[in-house]
Amino acid sequence: MADDMKRFTQTLGESLRERGVSRRGFLKFCTATASMMALPPTMVPAIAAALEKARRPSVIWLSFQECTGCTESITRSHSPSVENLIFDHISLDYHHTLQVAAGDAAEAAREAAMHENEGKYIVVVDGSIPLDNPGFSTIAGISNLQMLEETVAGAAAVVAVGSCAAFGGLPHADPNPTGAVSVSDIVHDKPIVNVSGCPPIPTVITGVLAHFLTFGSLPELDALGRPMVFYGQSIHDRCYRRPFYDKGLFAETFDDEGARKGWCLYRLGCKGPMTYNACATTKWNEGTSWPVESGHGCLGCSEPDFWDAGGFYNALSIPDSDIIRRAGVVAAAGVALGAAAGALNRSTRAKAAASHEKVTIDDLDKTS
Amino acid sequence: MVEPKDEVPLNHSNATPVLHEVLHALQRLATLDEPTTIDLRAIPFGPGDEDALLSQLGTGEVKIELDTLGKSTIWETAFSGVWIIDHQNAESERIALQIEVAHVPAIIKAQTEDVTESLQLLDNQLNPNRTETTGLREE
Ligand code: SF4
Ligand code: SF4
Repeated sequence: MADDMKRFTQTLGESLRERGVSRRGFLKFCTATASMMALPPTMVPAIAAALEKARRPSVIWLSFQECTGCTESITRSHSPSVENLIFDHISLDYHHTLQVAAGDAAEAAREAAMHENEGKYIVVVDGSIPLDNPGFSTIAGISNLQMLEETVAGAAAVVAVGSCAAFGGLPHADPNPTGAVSVSDIVHDKPIVNVSGCPPIPTVITGVLAHFLTFGSLPELDALGRPMVFYGQSIHDRCYRRPFYDKGLFAETFDDEGARKGWCLYRLGCKGPMTYNACATTKWNEGTSWPVESGHGCLGCSEPDFWDAGGFYNALSIPDSDIIRRAGVVAAAGVALGAAAGALNRSTRAKAAASHEKVTIDDLDKTS
Repeated sequence: MVEPKDEVPLNHSNATPVLHEVLHALQRLATLDEPTTIDLRAIPFGPGDEDALLSQLGTGEVKIELDTLGKSTIWETAFSGVWIIDHQNAESERIALQIEVAHVPAIIKAQTEDVTESLQLLDNQLNPNRTETTGLREE
């Protein structure tokens, strides 16, 4: 207990030094943290100064209608010495999958954390909330809606992890049998960060927690409530295959010459042009690769309603480069054309959603 | 499908813009004495781009290994003042890869607080029986 108290009052700088980490090690830690938060290296001194004084925030993690993929993602995050240090430094007071306590003891831990850290704790939510019938998803006999409402009441902020908590995700897909909604459909009086993705990139989840830990505030958000540093640019704008798109060089099947040469995957259904996420730079699995690099188009998993956005293997519409080539206009007109293609893409999505297209075995087998 | 190695271009030409950024950084170092760090994690490299960049920068005469929170390898490229910093964690996984354009990479310098602490430690080692806690004597 005394140890717990000490850990609670210690700053991050103190706890690192207690573990024998030198200032040089701390600087390395801050460099990796800045890189993880997608902040420029010039921010390292500011991050070091802030982290030196940072105290352990209490985190309550609620899992509703979800598949545990988001928790799998974060627990498999690939930089243990950095992310685990951050994870070690938050006080994770409640998490179904990870905590030892069960039943009443678990609920008591949640209530104690809420009580002791009134107004200061962070609530992380994965999964959507069913509104049609509270019995569809309950924890210890408490409906998801009730647990969310009572837990966020005293929170400083809410982090909706994964596309289900952020936008409703798979449970919300047509015909939405449980009446699933997102966190922001229910919570209106607290700051909410949407860390979308199915699942989100692990370093993006820890990056957001690190931002709160470092600066005591939430990062700058886009119109959908996602942190700009990770979701500020589209997959397409950061894709290394973009030069092929611009030249109109597309793979038409998964095993043709274009596919072998690493050409653009637009015609095979890549949703990169409509998708905002950090995959093209942060990548997956220890920075090894990401879907497009492995030869598969982006599914658009960090966007609202991506399950209903048309078949994963259907092209959005005609690519800008084809419009440019066919119209014989110069690239300077690209912005207006881009907007036109964007509108086209949106209507393709809307139509797909209305007719609820499904992936067929033929899509997977696609030959020219 | 994973691309077979021999079918893809050797790189996707993303090294060249980074090399230009390094050139401008070297100019700033030479004229204003201003260091620059470029985080390579923020650059959308395709297969082969990182290798192309590192091979074009080459290796110079200094190589340093740092052992804290896992290994870090730091080496000067063939261009003096241009350093590669490869930070790994205890599991030998890369946690950051940066180019630092500076006279000496910042992380190499002994940190002031560590120097003060080591002064105390060495003094204690040389004078194990002394009781006072301040490190320096005025003699
Ligand atoms: S359409 Fe997809 S594969 Fe092609 S450039 Fe855009 S993101 Fe990359
Ligand atoms: S590439 Fe697209 S579908 Fe894949 S994880 Fe990234 S955003 Fe999601």
